[in-house]
Amino acid sequence: MSRAYFCALFSVAIFLATPTLAQEVGADPPAVPGKGSTADHTKFEILKQDFASGPEVTRACLKCHTEASDQVMHTLHWNWDYTHPATGQSLGKKNVINAFCGNTASNETRCTSCHTGYGWTDTRVSAPADPTRVDCLVCHADTALYSKLDNQAGNPPLSPVPEGAKTITGALATPVDLSKAAMSVGVPQRENCGQCHFNGGGGDNVKHGDLSSALIAATRDVDVHMASDGLNFTCETCHLSSEHKVAGSRYAVNAHDLGGTGLPGMRRDVASCESCHSDSPHGASLIGMKLNDHTDRVACQTCHIPEFARGGVATKTVWDWSTAGKLKDGKPYHEAAFTQSDGKALHTYLSTKGNFEWGENVVPHYAWFDGQVEYTLSDEVIDPEQVVEVNRLSGSPDDGTSRIWPFKRMVGRQAYDTENLTLVYNQVYGPETDTAFWTNFDWSKSIEAGMRYAGKPYSGSYGFVDTYMYWPITHMVAPGEDALKCDACHARDGRLTALAGVYMPGAKLTLGGKLGMALFALVALGVAVHGGLRLVTGRGGDHD
Amino acid sequence: MTERLVKVYSRFNRLWHWSQVASIAILLFTGARIMGLHSVLPFGLAVMVHTVVALALLVLWAFVVFWLMTTGAWRQFIPSLDGFVEVARYYAWGVFRGQEHPYHKRLGRRLNPLQAFAYFALKMVLLPAIWITGLAYLLHGLWSHLDSGDQWLWLVANLHILAGFAVAAFVVIHVYLLTIGHGFRAHVRPMLTGFDRVDLTPEQEAYLETEEPGRLHPELRAKG
Repeated sequence: MSRAYFCALFSVAIFLATPTLAQEVGADPPAVPGKGSTADHTKFEILKQDFASGPEVTRACLKCHTEASDQVMHTLHWNWDYTHPATGQSLGKKNVINAFCGNTASNETRCTSCHTGYGWTDTRVSAPADPTRVDCLVCHADTALYSKLDNQAGNPPLSPVPEGAKTITGALATPVDLSKAAMSVGVPQRENCGQCHFNGGGGDNVKHGDLSSALIAATRDVDVHMASDGLNFTCETCHLSSEHKVAGSRYAVNAHDLGGTGLPGMRRDVASCESCHSDSPHGASLIGMKLNDHTDRVACQTCHIPEFARGGVATKTVWDWSTAGKLKDGKPYHEAAFTQSDGKALHTYLSTKGNFEWGENVVPHYAWFDGQVEYTLSDEVIDPEQVVEVNRLSGSPDDGTSRIWPFKRMVGRQAYDTENLTLVYNQVYGPETDTAFWTNFDWSKSIEAGMRYAGKPYSGSYGFVDTYMYWPITHMVAPGEDALKCDACHARDGRLTALAGVYMPGAKLTLGGKLGMALFALVALGVAVHGGLRLVTGRGGDHD
Repeated sequence: MTERLVKVYSRFNRLWHWSQVASIAILLFTGARIMGLHSVLPFGLAVMVHTVVALALLVLWAFVVFWLMTTGAWRQFIPSLDGFVEVARYYAWGVFRGQEHPYHKRLGRRLNPLQAFAYFALKMVLLPAIWITGLAYLLHGLWSHLDSGDQWLWLVANLHILAGFAVAAFVVIHVYLLTIGHGFRAHVRPMLTGFDRVDLTPEQEAYLETEEPGRLHPELRAKG
């Protein structure tokens, strides 16, 4: 083989090989399909059909996810019924009376618009035991493609949508394409949870105070975990779920997580700060040690959520139902005297609901809390001379487990039975009955209808009683630098001065301080008298 | 007996005294902040400064105890009734009459009986009270599980504060007494230079002159 021939052959080989090499080095590797899932729901034939209702979609989901509905039907999201393991009380939305619209019974198609199902029209009985009645889409579909009407017992707006109909977030309803919605499913995003949990009580942040639409695109100062330019947590990052059961409860709060952090794969059932941060989260320094000393008496939230209703969305702080029903020229009217920081005017009076007050950046109410909450249910006798606690916080400084927790303390004035001395159920939403308050503005009819519907005794005479309702504050954790400084509590007018049962240096002058100051004053006086006498006698005590 | 200027406060003794002055001043100031008597500095900073300075003072005291024990200087602080009444009568009566202080410093005994008693009480009762309660207070995190309701913490903290005021009262009396007798400056000077007027026996003087001449100041020789 001649040398020239060999060189030519070699050059050709190089030439042929070069493009392949270049392609392998320069091009992006092929994308991983599925966006974090093994299934692309747009490829499922079963979802490419003209669904006529929500349950039809669920039927399609259940073809593959065979146990999903059954799992959901075992959860509080479905049952709205919870028997407290310690107190034995029957709680859950189905049973309790709250300081907002009161009760679900007799108001169903509006209240149950936020149920994770379709068509629960009577909360006196369990939600319909039909697997296709579970609403998969409200938690799993893209919220831009799916929503629920605010008064149709959980059904979505389908064409033709009635004029002026609204969704559960208060937005104007547009017809949903169920097929597109079904193909958009994935793990729940904050918008999914937020549709109901941000809008509880009838509007954005009305109920909780620490759960609002400000968390959808949160900035770091609003929520250090959910900040879209930071950790970007979704709700489920903390509220882990297993078999559709989501961690975290407001009825039996894990208020003092002594388990702390777990190994990978452990503890899928907690949503406490300690489950990630442990109970000694501050650094190994002198100040860190002192701060860690606090964690047995003070919940993380107390310092790390200095104020709630941050991020520009106000929360309702006072709701006085006793003024509801006033009409102008026979017609309901409203006032909107509160201006939110974004300029939006919020209702301060509605003929349908009475007077409200609102707050942004609200300083919490603090109380000892062991996680137990007891409700004033409809059969409990109240003392109308006192402020009635719609839910009572259990806990004390010396039980060894309670810690100081922050709460939103909702101030209410709501109806009660003046003879039986019980809180009452009322029918506010009819919509077109002759008893519902929002259409008739007549309390006696509304209460009578609510109590009869719920099968509760009612004397026929009602009044209004002042109430408090407590909402544990645990969201909107601020960045470390915004946490409360020591002086917020360790001061004469500190945040916790009203709270007994803990020794807080600096909060007040205690016996030792008083005795010490008296001793010091006596000694100073003695010295002054002695020195004065020396001056008077002219001796001064100086000699040489 | 000859009165000579003798070095009675060694370098370590003076270092001990003046760093204790600085520490106690800082501790009283930050302690008052922590209990809420003023707000010149933030609470957290006051706690940190108070803690660090207190720990440093404890280290110093550990050295002091070692020094006192090994050098025999602890004997200075053993209280004695000998001359106690005379000294007490002087402060209660004689000082207003322009009398001389009845006590003269001796080589092994620079404290008068009242002083010895006061320092003994300070060292055996007040200072232990303050550092024992202080450490218990600081380490509350280690025993708070035994103290639901904080009753013991309340007691510890209140005792600590009370002891703190007692120290402050001691400081007031201590400084005031410096103004009596030879005057404030004359009383402070020995703690700066180390030299103080001491009555020496001829034997002591002869011993110091031959064995430890550096402890004898040239001044006051003539007076002898």
